[in-house]
Amino acid sequence: MTPLGLIFRRELALAWSGGGGPVLALGFYAAVATLVPLSTNPSAHNLAPIATGIAWVALALASLLSLERMFERDFEDGALDLLLLGPAPAEAVAAAKCLAHWATTGAPLALAAPLAAIALGAPPSLAPLILATAAVGGVAFAFVGGTGAALALGSRRGGLLIAVIVLPLLAPPVILGGGALSAYAAGLPWQTPLMLLVAYALGAAALCPFFMAAACRNALS
Amino acid sequence: MIAALDVQGLAVSRGHRQLFRDFDLRLDAGETVALTGPNGAGKTSLLRAIAGFIRPDAGAVAFRGGTGPLEAEEARRGGVHLLGHQDGLKSNRTARDELTFHVRWTGGDAASALAAAETLGLRRLLDLAVRHLSAGQRRRLALARLVASPRPLWLLDEPLAPLDAEHRALFGELMQAHLAGGGLVLAAVHDPLPIAARTVELAG
Repeated sequence: MTPLGLIFRRELALAWSGGGGPVLALGFYAAVATLVPLSTNPSAHNLAPIATGIAWVALALASLLSLERMFERDFEDGALDLLLLGPAPAEAVAAAKCLAHWATTGAPLALAAPLAAIALGAPPSLAPLILATAAVGGVAFAFVGGTGAALALGSRRGGLLIAVIVLPLLAPPVILGGGALSAYAAGLPWQTPLMLLVAYALGAAALCPFFMAAACRNALS
Repeated sequence: MIAALDVQGLAVSRGHRQLFRDFDLRLDAGETVALTGPNGAGKTSLLRAIAGFIRPDAGAVAFRGGTGPLEAEEARRGGVHLLGHQDGLKSNRTARDELTFHVRWTGGDAASALAAAETLGLRRLLDLAVRHLSAGQRRRLALARLVASPRPLWLLDEPLAPLDAEHRALFGELMQAHLAGGGLVLAAVHDPLPIAARTVELAG
């Protein structure tokens, strides 16, 4: 197995051990998506126009949940030293961690997003596009979120700091993903916002590993 | 493969305080150096500077292979094992999972990981979660990882602290075997090492 495959598999195992990663994120997602209708007039007429918006905001919030554990655990117990002295460069280790975060949080949330949106009144015909935008947006969330997690290394109450750093950077994917869905629902061209979302995710995947590696080295020095 | 470590004129600061300067050290294959000095003299910082985590104020850390100088980044990623104060083991994974992951990550294989666990008397503990191990057992697991990882340069920070007398002696034998195979050991210690070593003092 390649070194990055090793890291990826370890991260998957860590996400499941103690804390039940995907289940926790899904539970939180369901709770947020359920709270919004309770806080307003829950008639279909009222909710349907904002259903995809709620689904996307809940997605962004739920993807923040397990970010704190991405680098912090390895930093605290000294394993990060050993990971950076391994065969792969720090950038690749960080990228593998983000991909594993996507696999354990982003992908399950992307599967849940169409269900939540439809339950809130979005037309079922939107389901494939919701799944696609949520899956792509999840990649952006993982890499941008990982950058926030690496920057917050070593600070107390890092979880809050991560949310403050990361949420503004999640605005573009939320705008583009939600925009593609509204455009599709209104019968307007939806390909452009979707392509921009893909571009944002690819840009994050290309750039963020360098930021994460630098932040990890800085935290360890 | 690292055959020699050459530290020249090294100066390291933490915060605004310079811990040491003009520090020279030469370590060849088959050699052990016991690094001593009072608390706060910079023993840990020196080890971390050699491992590349701390950028020195001045001076250089160079690695030499059998045939000539090695590129530092490459030498560290392929030839250095740092065993710090912390064991770097995840508390809710089993000892076996952690040991085999780390050994494979450093380029070893699962069979040598199990053999090292056997040597260090960890066989019966392998299926326990790391959090159920005592401090000494966790350290033995970290030592098994060290022994099974194919890395010539060992940077050890107080490696013996939580170990009992019997396992200190055992670790001495494992160090001898490592040195006989062309290994290099630099250990920051307060207690004497169980094998013959050149002592280098880091004055505070």
